Amino acid sequence: MKFRKIIRWLAAAGFGAVAVWWLAAGRNPGWTKTQVAVEKIEEITGIPEVVYEDRFVPGVDILGVAGTTALVLMGLTLLGKRRGQSPEQA
Amino acid sequence: MNAKSLFAALVFLPFAAAAAEQTFDFKDPKGVNHASFKLDAPLEAISGNASGVSGKLTIDTEKPEATKGSIVIDAKSLNVENAMMKEHMQGPDWLDVAKNPTITFTVTGLSDYKKDGDTATANVKGKFSLKGVEKEISVPAKVTLLKGKLGARTGGKMEGDLLVIRSEFTIKRSEYGVNPKAPTDKVSEEVVISLAIAGACPK
Repeated sequence: MKFRKIIRWLAAAGFGAVAVWWLAAGRNPGWTKTQVAVEKIEEITGIPEVVYEDRFVPGVDILGVAGTTALVLMGLTLLGKRRGQSPEQA
Repeated sequence: MNAKSLFAALVFLPFAAAAAEQTFDFKDPKGVNHASFKLDAPLEAISGNASGVSGKLTIDTEKPEATKGSIVIDAKSLNVENAMMKEHMQGPDWLDVAKNPTITFTVTGLSDYKKDGDTATANVKGKFSLKGVEKEISVPAKVTLLKGKLGARTGGKMEGDLLVIRSEFTIKRSEYGVNPKAPTDKVSEEVVISLAIAGACPK
C-alpha cells in the first residue's frame, strides 16, 4: 500500500518537475531544440546573419513523454491494487 | 565623325562595355550569406539555414538580361535546431548530402528587369539542381548594388562594390525526390526557399 503511494507521488513529482523545467526554459510549444538560431542584422548589407548557439530547450515532446510515463506508472499501481484484492475484499 | 574620333570610338568602346560588366564573388569569409528553407508541419514549421554559400555572377548593368553565373550551396552546411532532425534531413531519404553535396542555381537569363536607382527587381531564369535532379525554374529577385561598400564590410582590406541579392521561391519536394514518401499532412509538399546573399567585386 505504502509502496504504491510512493510510486504515485514520485510519478506526479517527476511530471511536475519536468513541467516546471519546460515552463522555466521558455514554454517552447514546438519540438525540443539542441541548438537555437540567433539572428543579427549585418549593418552594411542589411542581411540577417544566422548563428546557431548550442542550447538545450525542452519541447512538448519531452513534456509528453514525462506525462505518459507518469500516467503509466500511476496506472500500474492501480492494476497491482486490483490484482492484489482478495474475493472477500471485492 | 572624322577618322580620328572614329578610331577612338572603335578603340575605347570595348573598354566602356567591359567597365559595365562586373563579376561578384559570393564566397563570404564573414559567413553572413545564407539560404534558408521552411516546410509546414502540424506542431511547428520545420526551418533551417545553410551558410555554405559560394559562386560567381557576372552582371552587366547596361545589359542585365545577359547575366550569367551560378550560386552554390554546400548541402552539408544545412542546419536545423534539432540534432536528430538534422541527421534525418541530411540522410538518404531527405537530401542525401553524402551523394549530393551541393545545391546549385545556374542563371540562364533575366526577364521583367526593372531598375530604380541602385536597386532592381527581375525574374531570374535558371537551372535549379537539388538531390541530383535539375529543373528549369524562374524566381523573383531583388538586387541592390552597394557601390564602394566593400571596404566598409572588409574593414578597409579590400575596396570595391557589393551586390546584395534577396529572393524567395517555392519548390515541391517530391519533384526533386526529397522524401516523396513522407505524408504531406505531416510535412508539407511545398518548401519555401529564401536567399539573402552579398557578393563582392574588388577593384
